[in-house]
Amino acid sequence: MNSLRTLFIGFTITFTLAWLGLVIIPYFQLGQLAPQVDEDAGMSYPLIRSGLAERGKQVYQANGCIYCHSQQVRPMDADPIKGRGWGPRRTVARDYIYDKPHLLGTMRTGPDLTNIGKRQPSADWHHAHLYAPQSMAEYSVMPPYRYLYTVQKIKSTPNPKAVKLAKGYQPEEGYEVIPTPDAIALVAYLQSMDRTYALPEAPLPKE
Amino acid sequence: MSKNLYGTPTDSTDAQERALVDASCRIPVLLFIASSVFWLLVGTVFGLIASIKLHNPHFLIELPRWFALYLDKFSPDGTVDFINAMLTFGRVRPAHLNIVAYGWASASALGVAIWLMARLCRAPLRFPALVTAAMVLWNIAIAIGTIAILGGKSTSIEWLEFPSYVSIMLFVSYALISIWGVNMFVHRKPGHVYVSQWYIMAALFWFPWLYGTANLLLIFAPIQGSSQAIVNWWYGHNALGLWFTPIGLAAAYYFIPKVIGRPVHSYYLSAFGFWALALFYSWNGGHHLIGGPLPAWLITSSIVASLMMFVPVLVTAINHHMTMKGNFHMLHYSPTLRFVVFGAMSYTLASLQGSSMAFRSWNSLTHFTHYTIGHSHLGLYAFFTMIMFGSIYYIVPRLTRREWPSITLIKIHFWGSAYGIILMVLVLSVGGVVQGWMMNNPQIPQNTFENILKITNPYLFARSLSGALLMVAHIAFALNLTLILLGWGKKTGGPTLFNQLEASEEAKPKESTL
Repeated sequence: MNSLRTLFIGFTITFTLAWLGLVIIPYFQLGQLAPQVDEDAGMSYPLIRSGLAERGKQVYQANGCIYCHSQQVRPMDADPIKGRGWGPRRTVARDYIYDKPHLLGTMRTGPDLTNIGKRQPSADWHHAHLYAPQSMAEYSVMPPYRYLYTVQKIKSTPNPKAVKLAKGYQPEEGYEVIPTPDAIALVAYLQSMDRTYALPEAPLPKE
Repeated sequence: MSKNLYGTPTDSTDAQERALVDASCRIPVLLFIASSVFWLLVGTVFGLIASIKLHNPHFLIELPRWFALYLDKFSPDGTVDFINAMLTFGRVRPAHLNIVAYGWASASALGVAIWLMARLCRAPLRFPALVTAAMVLWNIAIAIGTIAILGGKSTSIEWLEFPSYVSIMLFVSYALISIWGVNMFVHRKPGHVYVSQWYIMAALFWFPWLYGTANLLLIFAPIQGSSQAIVNWWYGHNALGLWFTPIGLAAAYYFIPKVIGRPVHSYYLSAFGFWALALFYSWNGGHHLIGGPLPAWLITSSIVASLMMFVPVLVTAINHHMTMKGNFHMLHYSPTLRFVVFGAMSYTLASLQGSSMAFRSWNSLTHFTHYTIGHSHLGLYAFFTMIMFGSIYYIVPRLTRREWPSITLIKIHFWGSAYGIILMVLVLSVGGVVQGWMMNNPQIPQNTFENILKITNPYLFARSLSGALLMVAHIAFALNLTLILLGWGKKTGGPTLFNQLEASEEAKPKESTL
């Protein structure tokens, strides 16, 4: 065991086995999945994100949302469907074919976001929540993302884009909170997150 | 007369040889160690900020108003928001992880590995300037990468948040050291190859392969969706298993016998442990994705490999315990031994805990909770970091030829680190189990998300306290290191010891084989 060659043959064999098993074979098994096309409805699943939502995904990445929010629903015994309401079915490989990079996440300090677009479809809700999370849920530990918004003086008429905030969270009299393009893109991404469609390998449970 | 690792008596020629070897790697090794401790401090600050933000979400979300107004006067538009964005939890946390993983842990590992290799190959370091250049490149990369993450350029791939240009720099720097490691091994003095050398050679060989593959398939030419996830965790787990663990074990296998002055208990156990680790650890990554969108065969094979890890872990634990047997009183004296033995014991604990976390039922409860964070700190801090501390306490006096200036600072360091990390792992484990149990049982009316946050809050507060303890420990350590590098501390004749030796010469730690 003392020669360089013997050692390196050993290092290579042990490492290659796992490399093949965990990198190469999964790539061939999962790396070329195609979307599921429903010809009758003229739909293709998973849904393709708009350009704005794709831009929003970059904002999501830049601000590290992944460190508190997962994007995967596990099989039923681990993630009970009734109660927490994270999704009607587990997520499968095909759900993620458009995600580069993947954002499965490893932490649920906050709720899972797999289907947040379905749960909270309103852009107003998301803007108010991002600007002042505690205005929506007083116990929330989500940090306010005020830097994604601009506070400005109201000109002659209030800006229609202004964020609708609850009492106690509004800016000073005569000022309004306007989302930056980043905030608008991020909300578009959050609204786009909907994996409640059925796939052959992951059908929706019967009611 | 002292004995070497194989139990053969050594004489003064050996001592001269060791002094030559030490002199040759003095500059690069000291630079690696000093820079790693700098990043340790920076990383601890970021960790502490991130920790406080988890129980106090309004902490440091914005620059103070007066300062923002002042800054606005002479800086371009958007500067204040740019800085505020840098302080958000989602940027501070990955900055913490990458700084401690690459700036501290990897850099100290490289420093320790270079010194160990030079000592064990019994050959002076060749081309030290090359190693120094690699060290400079490494540190520039960490600095750029940290700024990039804080500035919003993170890749958002856990353990690989540095943008592509930084990973190229890290790869080049690492590859230089790998090539140098092989060169060192080829030019070694003939004789026995010690188990630490296998571990180091293997790590230097595996890590570029790991890092290269992961960067290629995730960042440079990303593959599809969930096959990325498995590459991500194959990398993430192997960074610990095939990079930090081999270096940590190499150091433990070197320093425990070295300090107590008797050979390692069993050569065969150490060889067996090494190959079992190489075979099984590399397969563990899939257990991070149990219940995830991946094929069942893949997850199951990772679970099996995780359980097989019991074999190398117990073998290593038995080997270290049998080596230490009858010499535990030396923990009273030697700082190196105390840190390294703490680390080696934590390795056993962290690994057994890790294997248990691969069971599906236990994983479905603990995954997505703070329990996992507790586990990663048990591995990377209580095991790996403590062993690096111990190694640095041994190596630096031999390179500077001075004793550590302050024993009190070493004591503060040890007890701050030990109590800090024990507290952290305890509160995160208990808090994580509570969190996971409540999360997975929504049918019980009390288990609302609101209550989960309220109940985990005190645990997270306690974690910040543990972080503060670690901060104190690290400041003490950095201070002592700065002083010794500035030339304080007695010119050395023997090792720095915690307590005056009253026992007979027999019980005296054999660190003085300089």
